[in-house]
Amino acid sequence: MTEMSKIDTSTLLPQVTAFLWAEADLLDRKEYDHWLDLWQPEGFYTLPIGDTTDFANALNLCHDNDKMRRDRIERFKQGFSISSAPPALTVRTVSRIVIEKAEGDVITVRSAEHVIEDKFGRQRVWAANMTHTLVVTDTGFVIRAKVVRLLNSDGMLNSFSYLF
Amino acid sequence: MSLDMPKFSDLDALYSPDAKVATQMYEDPELFKLEMDKIFRKTWVWVAHDSEFPEKGSFKLSHVGLEPVIVVRDRKGVIHVMLNRCRHRAATVCEVKKGKTSSFQCPYHGWGYGLDGSLRALPYPEQYGDDFNKEQHGLQRLRTESYNGMVFATFNDDLEPLVDFLGPEVCRYIDLFMKQGGGFPVKVLGEHQFSVPMNWKVQLENTTDAYHFPVVHKSFMQSLDGQTEEIFRFLETGKGFVEDLGNGHSVMAMIPELIDLDENLDAPIPERFTDLAQELRDEGYPEDQVKKIVRAVGGAGFNLNLFPNVSFSLSFFRVLTPITVEKTDIRHIALGMDGGPAAANQMRLRLHEHFQGPMGFGSPDDAEVWERVQRGTKGGEDLPVLVNRGLVDEVPGTLGPRGHISAETGMRAAYKMWKGMMSQ
Ligand code: FES
Ligand SMILES: [Fe+2]
Repeated sequence: MTEMSKIDTSTLLPQVTAFLWAEADLLDRKEYDHWLDLWQPEGFYTLPIGDTTDFANALNLCHDNDKMRRDRIERFKQGFSISSAPPALTVRTVSRIVIEKAEGDVITVRSAEHVIEDKFGRQRVWAANMTHTLVVTDTGFVIRAKVVRLLNSDGMLNSFSYLF
Repeated sequence: MSLDMPKFSDLDALYSPDAKVATQMYEDPELFKLEMDKIFRKTWVWVAHDSEFPEKGSFKLSHVGLEPVIVVRDRKGVIHVMLNRCRHRAATVCEVKKGKTSSFQCPYHGWGYGLDGSLRALPYPEQYGDDFNKEQHGLQRLRTESYNGMVFATFNDDLEPLVDFLGPEVCRYIDLFMKQGGGFPVKVLGEHQFSVPMNWKVQLENTTDAYHFPVVHKSFMQSLDGQTEEIFRFLETGKGFVEDLGNGHSVMAMIPELIDLDENLDAPIPERFTDLAQELRDEGYPEDQVKKIVRAVGGAGFNLNLFPNVSFSLSFFRVLTPITVEKTDIRHIALGMDGGPAAANQMRLRLHEHFQGPMGFGSPDDAEVWERVQRGTKGGEDLPVLVNRGLVDEVPGTLGPRGHISAETGMRAAYKMWKGMMSQ
């Protein structure tokens, strides 16, 4: 239990849950600048294909460092991108939250995400397993890494005009 | 010979001599059925790249038109393409997308097939009588030929050999395209797959459509550094051309100075590749090889579009699989250097992720406009789709007409072939 000394374990799950829900809320409301603020600059936002863990040497759906994250948000915001102007509407639910590890300031959290998108009068449903690596700071959690494993990531997908 | 159905006996009404396409072409299910029969069952259809099943016994699943096939390399290294359908009661004999095996065993009643599709054994064969001939009950095999690693198959035994179907100009461009291995063999590194509610010909048109690039891909352009953005301004600079290469094939040369990657090796290394070049030098690669690899990393300067289902697009393969009249699966296959430096392959992967795939900065915008074409065809049944752009100033090329980079010359090449095949 000593590694968890900096963390109040009794309140950790509700705190982490509140953070993941707040993140989902930002993404649904497309508050992308706020979403960027949740990140440590050196962190990666990755949607792998299949079960690979060697993201650098594999083809991913996306593997965004700070610059790519910002470029992506810029693309969503500029209004030149046909797929994101207007964007699909989304409702996401994050649940089945499990704290896998808490060492020092670093917490690994697994969760389930469902995203429903609506565009052109049709709705699509996506499900994913997420792993967040969160770091505790004076002002709350920041994201060091986020890996979203879509079901059927190595199968036929559709194009996405939003984040998971 | 006339078409089976009188409904489509007037092919000029579907694709007119002045290059107008009828709305029916995108949404008539009966026409789609005819196309599957008269085109996809009759011509060479791309099924795989060599590197996807490199070893003896390795295989991958693919399609020829609507029909599921297995592409496999047998113990002698011979490539077979065969229907993924058991000869007993039609169960698929393989549902693993890719792998290695010594045989295919049907899960229903246990018929076993060799890597060449031959029926090896079946449980309790007595009830079939003495004259049951195993040799007549192998998996149905398709004619299979390949050129420079590209494997094609066909149901048509009377078809000309693959190299004749491709022709000398296409073969020359395939060879040029493969130079992006930078001296190493080209290898498939992965693929993005997505399904779009559109007719397959919407996609066929797009692989040879430079006209849309600055409009649809404005947000991609804005995410590039200035030097790279300049390269993609091929419409404004008017550089490049699009040329009919015969048999429905065409080339769209956007960046002519990158057609032959072995030329201009002394040109300065572009800014976006300076870090990579330094990394390769640090790893001990000699300067001439560094230049060659770095130049290859960005891909070739052209799209080579093969009728009916594959495009060699700058740095990747784009493959279309028709599913229904209004649904098409698209695969964007990322390529790298087999045995090449990891840093160079990583850069290729990141470039691929940047543009291609469900979350790229390009593909979602492409998918959106393709879907909009299909949605638009719900109105104005009698209005034609225009592919006549650039007819005014086309000039003769090596084999067929050559047009301005934004001309619809490549689409006309494809539709001419379409018409020829549909009239058979
Ligand atoms: S269906 Fe394959 S063995 Fe019966
Ligand atoms: Fe495009």
